[in-house]
Amino acid sequence: MDTEITVRVDGVPRRLTVDTRTTLLDALRERLGVTSPKKGCDHGQCGACTVLSGGQRVLSCLTLAVTQAGAQVVTAEGLASETATTDEAHEQRHEQRQHEGTHDGTHAAGRCLHPVQRAFIDCDAFQCGYCTPGQVVSAVGMLDEFARGWPSAVTSGTEAPRLDRAEVAERMSGNLCRCAAYVNIVPAVQQAAEASAARTSEGAAGTGVAR
Amino acid sequence: MTFLSDTEAIGRDLPRRDGAAKVLGSATYAFETPLDGAVHLHPVQSTIARGRVTELDTTAAEALDGVLAVLTPGTAERLASTDDRELAALQDEEVGFRGQIVAAVIADSSEVARHAAALVRVGYEQAAHETELRADRDDLYTPESVNPDFPSDTAEGDVDAAMAAAEVTVDETYTTAMYHNNPMEPHATTALWDPDGDGFLTLWDSTQGVHPTRTTIASVFGLDEDRVRVVCPYVGGGFGSKGQPHVHVVLAALAARALPGRPVRLALTRQQMFSLAGHRTPTIQRCRLGADKAGTITALAVDVVERTSRIKEFAEQTGLPARTMYASPNRRTTHRLAALDVPVPSWMRAPGECPGMFGPEVVMDELAERLGMDPIELRIRNEPDVEPGSGKPFSSRNLVGCLREGASRFGWSERDPRPGVRRRGDWLVGTGVASSTYPVNRMAQSTATIRLEGDCYVTEIGAADLGTGTWTTLPQIAADALGVPVSRVEVRIGDTDLPMASVAGGSSGTTTWGSAVVEAARAFRARYGTEPPDGAEATGSVGDPDQKYAKHAYGAQFVEAHVNVDTGEVRVPRLLGVFAAGRIINPRTARSQFIGGMTMGLSMALHEDSVLDPRTGHVVNHDLAEYHITANADVDVVEAHWLTEHDPHVNAMGSKGIGEIGIVGTAAAVSNAVWHACGVRVRDLPVTLDKLLPALE
Repeated sequence: MDTEITVRVDGVPRRLTVDTRTTLLDALRERLGVTSPKKGCDHGQCGACTVLSGGQRVLSCLTLAVTQAGAQVVTAEGLASETATTDEAHEQRHEQRQHEGTHDGTHAAGRCLHPVQRAFIDCDAFQCGYCTPGQVVSAVGMLDEFARGWPSAVTSGTEAPRLDRAEVAERMSGNLCRCAAYVNIVPAVQQAAEASAARTSEGAAGTGVAR
Repeated sequence: MTFLSDTEAIGRDLPRRDGAAKVLGSATYAFETPLDGAVHLHPVQSTIARGRVTELDTTAAEALDGVLAVLTPGTAERLASTDDRELAALQDEEVGFRGQIVAAVIADSSEVARHAAALVRVGYEQAAHETELRADRDDLYTPESVNPDFPSDTAEGDVDAAMAAAEVTVDETYTTAMYHNNPMEPHATTALWDPDGDGFLTLWDSTQGVHPTRTTIASVFGLDEDRVRVVCPYVGGGFGSKGQPHVHVVLAALAARALPGRPVRLALTRQQMFSLAGHRTPTIQRCRLGADKAGTITALAVDVVERTSRIKEFAEQTGLPARTMYASPNRRTTHRLAALDVPVPSWMRAPGECPGMFGPEVVMDELAERLGMDPIELRIRNEPDVEPGSGKPFSSRNLVGCLREGASRFGWSERDPRPGVRRRGDWLVGTGVASSTYPVNRMAQSTATIRLEGDCYVTEIGAADLGTGTWTTLPQIAADALGVPVSRVEVRIGDTDLPMASVAGGSSGTTTWGSAVVEAARAFRARYGTEPPDGAEATGSVGDPDQKYAKHAYGAQFVEAHVNVDTGEVRVPRLLGVFAAGRIINPRTARSQFIGGMTMGLSMALHEDSVLDPRTGHVVNHDLAEYHITANADVDVVEAHWLTEHDPHVNAMGSKGIGEIGIVGTAAAVSNAVWHACGVRVRDLPVTLDKLLPALE
């Protein structure tokens, strides 16, 4: 059975017809050509398909597209254009030219990266890149959960949790990386959290970052 | 080939050039190639392990709205070559393993293709199958050679006599499990057959080598290679399983040729990968060591029993590292295979060295224990002066340096050798060490072209970047070979329209492609000097390796293991590796490869185990929920260091290859550390709590 829905994907309203069996992941990748979220297992076991829906991280392979009618879905690609200010964008473009040498048609150039994305590049928190968009989105969602005081399985006692290695590793364990960049992903997430904390004014109590 | 001694770009910590594309998700992987009118392909797999298909009822599948075609042995085209039976998709009714492709559906959407595949009714005439590997099987045989072309057996001196005469001996059997590569990107191919003229096949394939894939597929279909193009700018991991095309590439091409002009997309599901994309055979390794009381080894033997598929032989070279690792006047290595009704095994990160440094490095620890000797000192005592077997001098060998540097960094000197005596809270604590090694491989062919386009030196070679950093490191090599800033070099890789490149396998990529790039740069400068005109172009190819030397990389792996006294749970809070792998082209991407390999070794040590049910021939834990690989929370501190090593004999860059050595030895170091923690010697991987609990009670 086919159903017509509208989903806002990376800020753009997209109208599409989906088989009611279609997952959000397949709707994005196969109907809309939005291939930033990846299919690694199709069973919610690897996290490569992670997107934000209504600001929360969800596994798009376990989400039926029809449930997302009217939803705001953000992929890793959408995180980039959402954030940077003009100044930051200029600075990043300059930095990226430095990083990338001159010109290479196969590489994204001049994009305004999210702090998490910049931290992933800085920390070399990936190799093959296939799990990376999911890791990046998951980190963004996770940092928001953390800021709202959500505990994790390794949070102890009643004190406000600190974003130490164990907290980050636990909260990022839904995203598998076979290249095993984990020991770079953890500091990347912490670095991004620090960068965000530095930008936010004094009000960031309870989000102390520790290594 | 002369050594590049003035390096400006080589050795620099440059970020990945494809970094932005990867963090955005805009890097295009095989399945994602934007093409109009693409259709979807879904295989139907056998549910028996041996026999023949007697009935294929496709009526219900074909009746489904959106189904374009159902491919069966009755409808699929005849292939030009079926010599490789793994690749002979839909050519006959025979079933050689459970999960083999017996039909496939092409449909407008992935949902319909999958639904229709489930509606294909398959009847079988089932034959008795066998999948169980045991050392006492009576049908074991000696393969003609082991991967890729090493002798199956070697013998020097008299091991049995030396064992009988030795003051201290160890004779134990070790096993490694069946493993699946499980790259995060499932194996995928988008195929398009353009029927114009004689026809032209384009494959956007997730592969570690576009040119080798083209050669294989052209041969299977009887096409001239110039009528096939393979494109792959990014690979979502491979670890060997994308080193050679598997049957799904043939299936996608078959489907494309059945629907000329329509792009056909095929991505294996995670479950399908467990039978169709290769795996590492389980191994049984009987390891024997004899030594005098001072720790000098007098006898060394490794006898390997492993599995291959009845339809195609792959003989993992598990006994290989024991041939050259330590000195011994008496030595024997053997490989015996059981050809069973299982999916076809293939390359997985460090085939041979990875499983083949488990038994041999645990047995060294056991010998050290019996001698009352430090395991590092035992290894150092048995350093060979020249390569055992060949007698060749080593181009460089810094195993001792790695062990000493690692010991210093790890704090080994404070180690109490007694097992099971350190307790912190509910945890028993231990440390262990193992050596690591990997050969310096160079492929015979690869060619690069360098062309000046405006201000930019464009370097073209059909190489692959599976996360290894090729996009970033080849420009560094080209820049130094040309004597220009790295920002003026652009590379183009991953396409058969570019000059021929060898497979990214055997840690040979940088050695082989880098050598071709250096040759091209030298030809360029020789022809045009330092003032080349726009459009100036030169080509160079990899030369023959220097055969005078034995060339290997070495490493030392150190592990701290904690074993819970109540549950037997094992945690590894610290992994430390020190490597001597020649010159490091880019410390950032190199470190990632080392720690990635070490972490995969940790995964092998503690988690990974493909459970094949002998009743059905089915890998029952065929997904990522049940085939456990390390997750973020399983990993704590992983440190990789390397020695400064100058080796002018390996190649112009002085690099040795680093993609595989990180996984070698890690599992042995974990097992050795677990023994030191709790006194239990685990000789069968993975090291799971059920193997520790009985002794902890």
